[in-house]
Amino acid sequence: MINKDFIDKCKSIFGPENVLTDKAELIAYSYDATPGIPREIPGVVVFPENTKQIQELIFLARQTKTPIYPRGAGTCLSGGPVPLSKGVVISFQKMNKIVEIDPDNLTATVQPGVIIADLNASVAKYGLIYPPDPGSMATATVGGSVAENSGGLRGLKYGVTKHYIMGMEVVMPTGEVFRFGGKTVKNVTAYDFTHLFVGSEGTLGIITEIICKLIPAPKYRKAMIAFFDKLEDAGKTVTDIVRNQVIPATLEIMDKVTIQTVENYAKVGLPTNVEALLLIEVDGMGQDSVLWEAEKCVEIINQNNGKYRIAETDAERDSLWAARRAALPALAQVKPSTVLEDATVPRTKLVDMLVAIQSIAKKYDLMIGTFGHAGDGNLHPTLLVDPTNKDEMERVHNAVDEIFEVALSLGGTLSGEHGIGVAKLKYLQNEIGRSGIETMRRIKQAFDPDNILNPGKLVPMED
Amino acid sequence: MTTAVTKTIFDDIEALKKELIRCMKCGNCMAACPIYNVEKKESSVARGKIALGEAVLSNDIKIDDDTLINLIFNCLVCKSCMMACPSGVRFDRIILGLRAAIAKKKGIPFVKKALFKLLKNPELFDKGMKAFAAMQGFFLKPEGEKKRTPKGFLKGINPRLDEQFILPELTRESFRDKVKETIEAKSSQATAIFFTGCSVNYLYQEVGDDLIYVLQRNNITTITPKRQNCCGMPVMVHGDIETARELARKNLDAFEKTNAKYIVTVCGSCGSALKHEYPIILEGTEHEEKAKKWAERVYDISTFLLKVIKFEPPKGKVPLKVTYHDSCHLKKSMKVFNEPRQLLKMIPGITLLEMKKPDACCGSGGSYHLTHVDTALKIAKAKAEDIKATAADAVCTGCPACMMELFEGLHRIGESCNVTHTVSLLAKSYRAEN
Ligand SMILES: Cc1cc2nc3c(=O)[nH]c(=O)nc-3n(C[C@H](O)[C@H](O)[C@H](O)COP(=O)(O)OP(=O)(O)OC[C@H]3O[C@@H](n4cnc5c(N)ncnc54)[C@H](O)[C@@H]3O)c2cc1C
Ligand code: SF4
Ligand code: SF4
Repeated sequence: MINKDFIDKCKSIFGPENVLTDKAELIAYSYDATPGIPREIPGVVVFPENTKQIQELIFLARQTKTPIYPRGAGTCLSGGPVPLSKGVVISFQKMNKIVEIDPDNLTATVQPGVIIADLNASVAKYGLIYPPDPGSMATATVGGSVAENSGGLRGLKYGVTKHYIMGMEVVMPTGEVFRFGGKTVKNVTAYDFTHLFVGSEGTLGIITEIICKLIPAPKYRKAMIAFFDKLEDAGKTVTDIVRNQVIPATLEIMDKVTIQTVENYAKVGLPTNVEALLLIEVDGMGQDSVLWEAEKCVEIINQNNGKYRIAETDAERDSLWAARRAALPALAQVKPSTVLEDATVPRTKLVDMLVAIQSIAKKYDLMIGTFGHAGDGNLHPTLLVDPTNKDEMERVHNAVDEIFEVALSLGGTLSGEHGIGVAKLKYLQNEIGRSGIETMRRIKQAFDPDNILNPGKLVPMED
Repeated sequence: MTTAVTKTIFDDIEALKKELIRCMKCGNCMAACPIYNVEKKESSVARGKIALGEAVLSNDIKIDDDTLINLIFNCLVCKSCMMACPSGVRFDRIILGLRAAIAKKKGIPFVKKALFKLLKNPELFDKGMKAFAAMQGFFLKPEGEKKRTPKGFLKGINPRLDEQFILPELTRESFRDKVKETIEAKSSQATAIFFTGCSVNYLYQEVGDDLIYVLQRNNITTITPKRQNCCGMPVMVHGDIETARELARKNLDAFEKTNAKYIVTVCGSCGSALKHEYPIILEGTEHEEKAKKWAERVYDISTFLLKVIKFEPPKGKVPLKVTYHDSCHLKKSMKVFNEPRQLLKMIPGITLLEMKKPDACCGSGGSYHLTHVDTALKIAKAKAEDIKATAADAVCTGCPACMMELFEGLHRIGESCNVTHTVSLLAKSYRAEN
């Protein structure tokens, strides 16, 4: 475990200025954005600047059986980077160089600590984008989002993080440095390690370099917002749009509770008597096709008894998006704390899921605002809670259990984008079964025989 | 002496709980915090400091832990994090509450001494920074205008200091000594108090002259009460809430003696102290009502000219390319950012060139730039680079404390861009009319 000798060695590997040991500093590494999970104050925090230092740390940690907790920006919503023992936190905040932008191969090679928004700002000069855009992109790191396989607001058309990672360099829990994938569009050499490491939540290896795929930035876009008196009409609009061969970049939903709360908080001019709203944005390289897609959406909204507003200018677009951006902030104002889930169902089951959440809210006498990525069937039921109210917390836990139960019964999944971490560990077997758990354990043991890398996350090692 | 009867977050750390609990640890503040951007440590930013506050309340760490004290003072109180916070956490209250708790536990002299020890850059003293250090609450006592050179003050970089020290004598006569208390306008449309703040009183006196000139040109009678004091912000950020309260009371009493309907400020920090802090720190005291009354009447000069009175736009040509820096307290606390730009655009000859992040903090943060030189300088230099990139002839802002830091940053990167105040450009234009 961590003693003076361990800390001295850390100081010689990373330099004293890159090692934190004071309790007050360490307390600030004992959380992420997940409320109400177990946590521990780490024994030491280190800031690597290169791969070699990480390799040396792994050797040290193996010898001393010290748990390692990798940490990007700590915005995870499932407890991924949170220490569960007095181990080492590796913060990637100083390993944040963009190594190369290759506009001809449409790739960017980055260190794990690069902030997603900074990567996008840097590739913008080439007319390119890195599409995965989680709501936390102004702070979240590429490494953290790769480890979580994060989604975002344009997942429906552009996919999620796993669709944009072409290769990596990883320091294995046994200390070897392993590079796989590369800049080629095609690569079927060996196992598909890229897809194994994306979403591995820091449990299989430490990612030290990432090759990201870039695409040309869409030149035109059109945003609109539609209001519905019935949830069913909103749900049917979502499926009808896709059935009519329009794939919007963004297709977001907000339920009545969220709409009312947003209007109350931000006064953006939303009607508060409707059951749901959809925020739709189509984009593309050709003006005609974008306009055609927008018209098609309008037609479908009309057929489904919706009323809409369409943005003619950038300022109008901003004002439509303001409603969606205000969703979480507005809900967060109502009670001291929020529990934000990301249960996901097939697109066609969206309405069933929304109705189920409403009845769960009633049953447990809770306020739940639901918004999210309707096109992906990925909802964010947001439970508003006062953590000092024990009884309410109890009801929240029961409601969350039931939300997951319903999602799975509808053919959905526990997590669309926030990951399992510690927060959803106890539900894992319900989705992947006994054989799934056994397979996960065997993979974990094969990669990390000493169980030093982010132990206690994602893989339940004991029953 | 009146004392607070209610337990505010400045008097009782337990009262912080309801504010701390609002933080959902989302990390949004990290992108906004100038210190985090330099240091990359969780403890640099609001989220980490909130976690420390929680740890104090749950007895996981003591309020007088040495590292904790250093970390809690490693903050500019610039409120940038609050602009990015989805939960509306009032971090300014939290940080000042924690500092007040530290000061209460360890005593004000300890805090000042601890901070003073951090003044490790003797260079700054040679540059006439002594006066500035004095204004940042190191020597301030609400004694009004009594002047005395504190013993030991000039002796070196680590003099022994305690509460005894009051304002040092400065070479120049103060602005308030020099200016006539009441300056009548010819056909007066209104009477306004000019709250000078320390920076104008001791350092940037020309900004004060320009303000009075501009008000005269707009037929405003100006009262510059001799008995006004420091606004209290500098001591408040050191956790010295009692001195801040006393200064606030004295200022309010000075305002009460006038027949003015308005207070005009040229400093974002002073303005936000009068407008937002006084009603809070004086809550539950005899002065609460006065604080609320005057809070309603405080305006930054730009808002005052454009929204309160009948404004006569200046006509003289000022051929300059100007870029505007948003002072943190002016924008993030007073919510004033459109009006100064509007004014600049009204001045014939001025071209307004926006810099990359006009509202990124300059790194001043009251005494922060003296106590945390390394981080502050990095922030100031980054700001200076953004200014340089606009190729403007001058950078203009609404706060004298920023002016000093901008000047320092520009100087460090070898830039000769001028630093000025919005009101000075207005005065320049009026003066150029004939
Ligand atoms: C306000 C808010 C909005 C959000 N919106 C979205 C959203 O729209 N979509 C979405 O999918 N998520 C969202 N999230 C969740 C979160 O932001 C993402 O999961 C994000 O990608 C995490 O990045 P991070 O840098 O903060 O990683 P961290 O939280 O620090 O870490 C995440 C995981 O990655 C591991 N890790 C970090 N770096 C490495 C590395 N170099 N090697 C190996 N493992 C590593 C950690 O151990 C941990 O398990 C949101 C969170 C918040 C607070
Ligand atoms: S007030 Fe400024 S310096 Fe302090 S935490 Fe907030 S953003 Fe950072
Ligand atoms: S932005 Fe606000 S809620 Fe989020 S971590 Fe910072 S202070 Fe807390």
